[in-house]
Amino acid sequence: MTTTTAPTPAPYKRLTAALGTGIPVYALLVVLLVALAVTDPSFYELDRFLAFVKRAAPLVILAAGQYLVIVSGEFDLSVGAIVTAGVVVAAELYGSFADAHWLVISLALVLGGAIVGLANGLITTALRVPSFITTLGMMLILEGAVFYWTGGSPKGVLPEDFRALGRNSAFGWLPWAVLVCLAVGAFAVWLMRRDFGRTLIATGDSERTAALSGVRVHRVRVLAFVLSGVAAALAAILVGGFSGVSAQAGRGLEFEAITAVVLGGVVLGGGRGSVIAAMAGAFSLQALFTLLNLQGVSGALESTVQGVIVIAAVGLGAANWSRIRRRSHSSGGTPS
Amino acid sequence: MPATPAPPESPQESPGEAAPLLTMRNVSKSFLGVRVLHDVGLDLVAGEVHALVGENGAGKSTLMKVLAGEHVPDSGTIELDGTAHAFTHPKQAQAAGIGIIHQEFALLEHRTVAENVFLGREPTRYGMVDRRAMERRTGQLLAELGETGISPRTYVRELSVARRQTVEIVKALASDVRVLVMDEPTAPLADHEARLLHDLVRRLADRGLGILYISHRLREVFELSGRITVLKDGRHITTVATAATDTDAIVRAMVGRDLSAYYPPRATADQGGEIALALRGGRNRRLKGIDLDLRAGEITGIAGLQGSGRTSLARALFGAAPFSEGEMTVGGRKLRPRSPREAIRAGIALVTEDRKGEGLALRQSVRDNALLVTRAVPGQQRATAARALADLLERVRLQARGGPDQQVQFLSGGNQQKVVIAKWLAAAPKVLLFDEPTRGVDVGAKAAIHTLVRDLAKEGLAVLIISSELPELIGMSDRILVMSDGHLAGELPAGASEEDIMRLATGPAVEGSDAA
Repeated sequence: MTTTTAPTPAPYKRLTAALGTGIPVYALLVVLLVALAVTDPSFYELDRFLAFVKRAAPLVILAAGQYLVIVSGEFDLSVGAIVTAGVVVAAELYGSFADAHWLVISLALVLGGAIVGLANGLITTALRVPSFITTLGMMLILEGAVFYWTGGSPKGVLPEDFRALGRNSAFGWLPWAVLVCLAVGAFAVWLMRRDFGRTLIATGDSERTAALSGVRVHRVRVLAFVLSGVAAALAAILVGGFSGVSAQAGRGLEFEAITAVVLGGVVLGGGRGSVIAAMAGAFSLQALFTLLNLQGVSGALESTVQGVIVIAAVGLGAANWSRIRRRSHSSGGTPS
Repeated sequence: MPATPAPPESPQESPGEAAPLLTMRNVSKSFLGVRVLHDVGLDLVAGEVHALVGENGAGKSTLMKVLAGEHVPDSGTIELDGTAHAFTHPKQAQAAGIGIIHQEFALLEHRTVAENVFLGREPTRYGMVDRRAMERRTGQLLAELGETGISPRTYVRELSVARRQTVEIVKALASDVRVLVMDEPTAPLADHEARLLHDLVRRLADRGLGILYISHRLREVFELSGRITVLKDGRHITTVATAATDTDAIVRAMVGRDLSAYYPPRATADQGGEIALALRGGRNRRLKGIDLDLRAGEITGIAGLQGSGRTSLARALFGAAPFSEGEMTVGGRKLRPRSPREAIRAGIALVTEDRKGEGLALRQSVRDNALLVTRAVPGQQRATAARALADLLERVRLQARGGPDQQVQFLSGGNQQKVVIAKWLAAAPKVLLFDEPTRGVDVGAKAAIHTLVRDLAKEGLAVLIISSELPELIGMSDRILVMSDGHLAGELPAGASEEDIMRLATGPAVEGSDAA
């Protein structure tokens, strides 16, 4: 039997255990950052690098939100549409209340994101509509609503103070977006170490086990959707500040976020993966796009690259997984 | 010189008149090195109902799956009408005339009766499925069975369990079976439905089919069968004419093994602490009025055959499949839990029989699993501190190489079970329900779990154990309740014999008195 107490694991084992399923993405990120340095030696000048982090910030925030949903065993395809809707709604709100404080508008967007997430969560859990369908439908609903409302070309502008968060820097050198990104990241890490985070992963791993252990699985999942909606609203504030009003502001971001999470080694279907790795996946994706850009590869190929990555990441993850399982199964365990 | 070789040994005497329709000889089968059938033989005469009985795990289902071509035997022969067969696929057995009605039906709910009956061999006309011929033929087959109340055009999803079973039988008849295997056909049926099925079985036998009838219900076995074969631990024990034996003899043949394992001694002081959980008239779809008291410091064993309602009772007490009626008191407070969460708050814990599917989050660490309940249901005593967790894992004697960070899927069955127990102990329950506590657990871990359970009872927990392993139940329990057909068939004191238990468990299931 395998029930022996072995000596404490070797240091490298402890390290791999700590990094978990994220190891490939950390390696990939390092490789990409080195490649960027080689391609463009000025990349690591402080302001250039911070500008890179700033550009990555919305995707990192979306990836953190998407992670919560994916690790609980669901999908959220509506986040890109929430970003678009958020930007357009902000512009329209300023059209009506030109003197509104930026904080009020921002809070309104966050509340809106939370409500959309709540709807996603309730429909998925209480009505048992698969989240893939729920959030796909929500995406279409929001896109259609924005199009109807704006006639395809949103009017209005976002005032300077609202755009500051996405565009300007604190102390003259540290972009606000970077600070927001760090805050969201820290919050996500903290959350995943709390009871909520642990029960969320357990729910994604085995819903029946969680329910029979007293977890309110519906509530936990709904909360994940709400947080994903809030993350999308925060991303909308940054995107609106960074690139202004557009009916295409959030197009494709949902798939970029899912790609980032998958790249981070998070298992689709739930129960496995870390939020730090998911955010590292977002940085990697952004670094890859930057690298391709510097190499003169057409931006039009971005989605092609993304498609290849998503398939490769899931495929490799699955292959690895079954091998590990088979190996450990053959080494012990009694047939029941 | 040695004598001429002896004629092939027939496994048992068959009633003289006819040559056997089916003969199985010396069938052996192992799974993963565990031998589940040892040289089992069986024969069947046309027009006979031959009952096959034995405890859970005696090898009845495996033997029937060998006959149906679902398992390839390691050795042994199958002869049908004097022709030897070696089935490697269910289709071959089907073509040879063997039909099997499983406990779980293999019907497509969203197709009609006729479509199900002819699934995979639909009659065609000009290359198209000939629906009319299909429905006509199904109608004929149904009519031959008498008044079934089933139309060939009805969708299966609209049929009751009993009628679905009839469809399964028609499906078998449509492929000209000569041997029909029925695996516990009356288990899902209500009493009057079971009686209708008995009539049907007799008629099929009268038409010359050979019927192998697996059942736990000895009463119906004695009503229906001409001969009875008893299997135990994968061996053929006896085959007797039903008229020449009685229930006691069959029960003795089914059980009767040594109580060899070691079990921790019972508490010396007499039990009878306070009543931790009381239930009066507990009822739901599967349970018919249960009265139950669980006392602090006492281990109550629940025996019963599969489908007798043992697991339903545990799940109802735990709120996972709640009672629809009845009064329940936990720790002096009135509460009939409607969810596991309510039960957990009241101090009830359930170690389910499906460890991997319901007890553990397999890809999470030992720590995350052990703390799951306390995290999910806060407001209780918590063992989050590293120290408390270490104590807890020490307490259940967990042996995990990777310590608390180890993923539980890589632990042995015994250690996984210890993690499940740790998960519940972390929440400091007052009532602990165990459904098959040592299933799939190796001998060493089994003893550790038995000792732990006894210690927990000594500390004042009320413990309930459900087990299909009678020696375990007898060795552990301070008293044994026997379930049959959704109610408590009786109570036995500590140290009751396996025969006593089996007699109650197989007791009258089909009362023919009210509507004869």
